Amino acid sequence: MIEALQFEFMQHALLAGFLVSFAAGIIGSLIVVNRMVFLAGGIAHTSYGGIGLAVYLGLPIFLGASVFAVAAAILIAVLTLKKRHRMDTFIGLIWAVGMAIGVIFVDLTPGYNVDLMSYLFGSILAVSSEDLYFMAALLALIIFVVTFWYRDILAVSYDSEYAALRGVNVKFFYTLILILSALTVVIAIKVVGLILVIAMLTIPVYIAEKLSNSLFSMMFLSGAIATLFTLVGLWMSYTYNLTSGASIIIVSALSLGLFLLLHKKDTV
Amino acid sequence: MSAIEIKDLSFAYDKQMILENINLKVEEKDFLAIIGPNGGGKSTLLKLILGINTLKIGSISVLGKKPSQGLTKIGYVPQNTNINTDFPIKVIEVVMMGHVEGKRPLFGYGKHEVQCAMGALEQVSMADFAQTKISALSGGQRQRIMIARALCAHPQILILDEPTSSIDITGQREIYDLLKVLNEYITVIVVSHDISVILEYADKAAHVNKNLSYHDISDKRSTFHKHGSDEHFCEIELLQMLGSDNCNTCEDEQPKWSLKP
Repeated sequence: MIEALQFEFMQHALLAGFLVSFAAGIIGSLIVVNRMVFLAGGIAHTSYGGIGLAVYLGLPIFLGASVFAVAAAILIAVLTLKKRHRMDTFIGLIWAVGMAIGVIFVDLTPGYNVDLMSYLFGSILAVSSEDLYFMAALLALIIFVVTFWYRDILAVSYDSEYAALRGVNVKFFYTLILILSALTVVIAIKVVGLILVIAMLTIPVYIAEKLSNSLFSMMFLSGAIATLFTLVGLWMSYTYNLTSGASIIIVSALSLGLFLLLHKKDTV
Repeated sequence: MSAIEIKDLSFAYDKQMILENINLKVEEKDFLAIIGPNGGGKSTLLKLILGINTLKIGSISVLGKKPSQGLTKIGYVPQNTNINTDFPIKVIEVVMMGHVEGKRPLFGYGKHEVQCAMGALEQVSMADFAQTKISALSGGQRQRIMIARALCAHPQILILDEPTSSIDITGQREIYDLLKVLNEYITVIVVSHDISVILEYADKAAHVNKNLSYHDISDKRSTFHKHGSDEHFCEIELLQMLGSDNCNTCEDEQPKWSLKP
């Protein structure tokens, strides 16, 4: 593993792993406490439409996916704020339609057969310097938002009805959380891919939730846990020549199992 | 000036009339119980007072102002305080949510806000639990925290929606005893359909079932207490107290009330 560090692609992979995992830990916490896991899944899959569109138009993949995912997030926010009881139907719909759009655009692109698998399951060894800048900027933005608006986000997440009565703009923060989730999903596509991203947004969070007594510590703890899982997963992937994204998820899942086993003993 | 004054209010969702021609005057330092069957319009009336539902017919004034402007003077304890109990949040953070928007530091919470929240916790005798995770509390303790959150904004009116629905009988009495103490300097309005306990504490009662009938029960209660050996009202006496005009609606509710000897 040590000798691998001299390769630039490996340095990029580790740095990307850290940046993405930390962002996923923070945003995953917000997704879990707001019970938006299904929403995040919908946004993740919809962003494939953006990938297809970007390939077709010859735009940078990140740009296409980001714009598409953010648009989907806003659409979902508007729909779910208006018709909460129909939320699952809308999400399911957007989920599938987004992917279909992506597949159609890739079909339409002449002479270019994009490697679908790399977006579905991640390609961490192909992270460019520009990708890293984008990831770092997003992580900085996320940390700023959750620190600056911590009390509002906390109020909205814990009891949105009461927050509204106390003058907090619930719709704004709800939409903001969804947009940040969309952008996080997009950067996580490189590391674990858009199908596996949901595990990265939830497993570290589940462990952190049990160990934290505030949302703030939960966000940063799950960021740290996610980073640890990603690094171990990358090591496993390198050593045994396995797909990186899947390795990260398996490491996370096994750790979760172990945690639950030990934690149960503690509390009983 | 009355704490709350409602004049000729009617309210309908779509075409279904929920509240009809409601008139109600709540004086300062009243302890008002709003009772009535489920679906009778109690919650709708609350939402109108809080400005969550928009008023169309009639008028409401809260301390002489419109509901939306009077909101900062109302402390509200919503129903279902047992939602989100797994949420990783400390008691003090929940209480600080009660602060009204206004002077606040750039990041986190101000010193005065923490002090104010601690004061509110002391009022409900929960100051020792400030750093405890909310999930570690019992239902009754959690309800106290919600009351502290409402007190945080220094309200002149405290409104509680079914505050004891998920608490055991000892816990219920503790909550009402607390409200009675708070009532010495603020107006308390409690919505409840568990009337056997609430009417021991309230001095006014409003029965809401589309229409509203108002009763001053402070005198009746004291006469009753002289006769009764048990501390509870029995249902028949309650019905007598509230007048025959409510008997039809009360019968619908009967299974929900526990008959006391």
